Amino acid sequence: MCYILFEAIKENMNEEQKLADFEARIERGEIIEPKDWMPERYRRQLIRMMSQHAHSEYVGMLPEGNWITRAPSLRRKMVLLAKVQDEAGHGLYIYSATETLGIDRKELLDQLLNGTAKYSSIFNYPSLSWADMGTIGWFVDGAAIVNQTMLAKSSYGPYARAMIRICKEENFHKKQGYEIITTLANGTAEQKKMAQDAVNRWWWPSLMMFGPTDKESPNSAELMKWKVKIKSNDELRQRFVDLTVPQAKAVNLTLPDPDLKLNEETGHWEFGHINWQEFYNVIKGNGPMNKERLKARNEAFEKGKWVREAALAYAKKHNN
Amino acid sequence: MNDEGRLWEVFTQSKQGAPHEHAGNVHAADAEMALQNARDVYSRRGEAVSIWVVPSDQIFATSPSDEGPFFDPSNNKAYRHPQFYSVPKGVRGI
Repeated sequence: MCYILFEAIKENMNEEQKLADFEARIERGEIIEPKDWMPERYRRQLIRMMSQHAHSEYVGMLPEGNWITRAPSLRRKMVLLAKVQDEAGHGLYIYSATETLGIDRKELLDQLLNGTAKYSSIFNYPSLSWADMGTIGWFVDGAAIVNQTMLAKSSYGPYARAMIRICKEENFHKKQGYEIITTLANGTAEQKKMAQDAVNRWWWPSLMMFGPTDKESPNSAELMKWKVKIKSNDELRQRFVDLTVPQAKAVNLTLPDPDLKLNEETGHWEFGHINWQEFYNVIKGNGPMNKERLKARNEAFEKGKWVREAALAYAKKHNN
Repeated sequence: MNDEGRLWEVFTQSKQGAPHEHAGNVHAADAEMALQNARDVYSRRGEAVSIWVVPSDQIFATSPSDEGPFFDPSNNKAYRHPQFYSVPKGVRGI
């Protein structure tokens, strides 16, 4: 009896020592790799965060995929195709990285298709006009770049490396979007109106992409303690605003925030209140496109079944 | 039913003469499709002139707990490095 108790205490101290060693590694700025010891919480948090990120890339193909057949020129069509293809690739990088944590991609995909997994709230908004292609590249990819540049220094090796690869490719996404917006903003009155309308619809949801304000973010403290993320939601959101305000001014488009004001002392652009009720409502599944996105993903999965089956049948026939 | 096929690790060579480096992995039913998938995922911008794919279960690796004893003899043998040796001043080509 005494022996069992002793072993249990020793086990506990062992775990405590392992945790202390792990946190010392984090403190020293070391990178954690798949086979290293890690607290179960670290593993769970990473699986959650990384799978949500991968799902976001995958679902993110849909709002822009919507306009491939209606791009106004061949150049725009080629560019949009390349961008959407990139998003598929980005999803794949991150799913691969998530699998290193001991979860199967099939399980992650099931969670997405049955609606239990979350993905970035931004992709639950509809892409209503060609100008949306511009604002998505400019705002949504712009926000993603701010976030991903920070995550490239994440403590978990596979995640950081996936981010580095993605960052290299993401820059063209933002540029092509801003180029579309510039073209429209310098075009006919109708084009300018279309651009301004898209800006009005995508601005606030883009700010929400950075997640809840720091005080309301339940996971942030732990993620930052373990250097999974290095900067806070609010810090990144502010950086995005500061970058984007001059870009909007340069093309004579207004951002739909009457409270936007430069703080001369800090050099930051102060902005108005975010409608967090909208954010939580969309996360819960009540956004304008949540059901459609899920339906589209499920349909694509079902319709693709014959391709997977054919590939397997071919491989079996020829490789045995 | 898992119809995703096998998991393959991907190694790409960025240019002639460079070593193949690990790029990530892909799922595919066979090697030919794995190569095609690897090209589509890891080489959209011409990052590879050559691609290798290896079934993941055919990769064998050291584990972190091995690290100390397995590699031990190799990091404290200074005589394996040229700096360990002294050469008279003025002698060239040594």
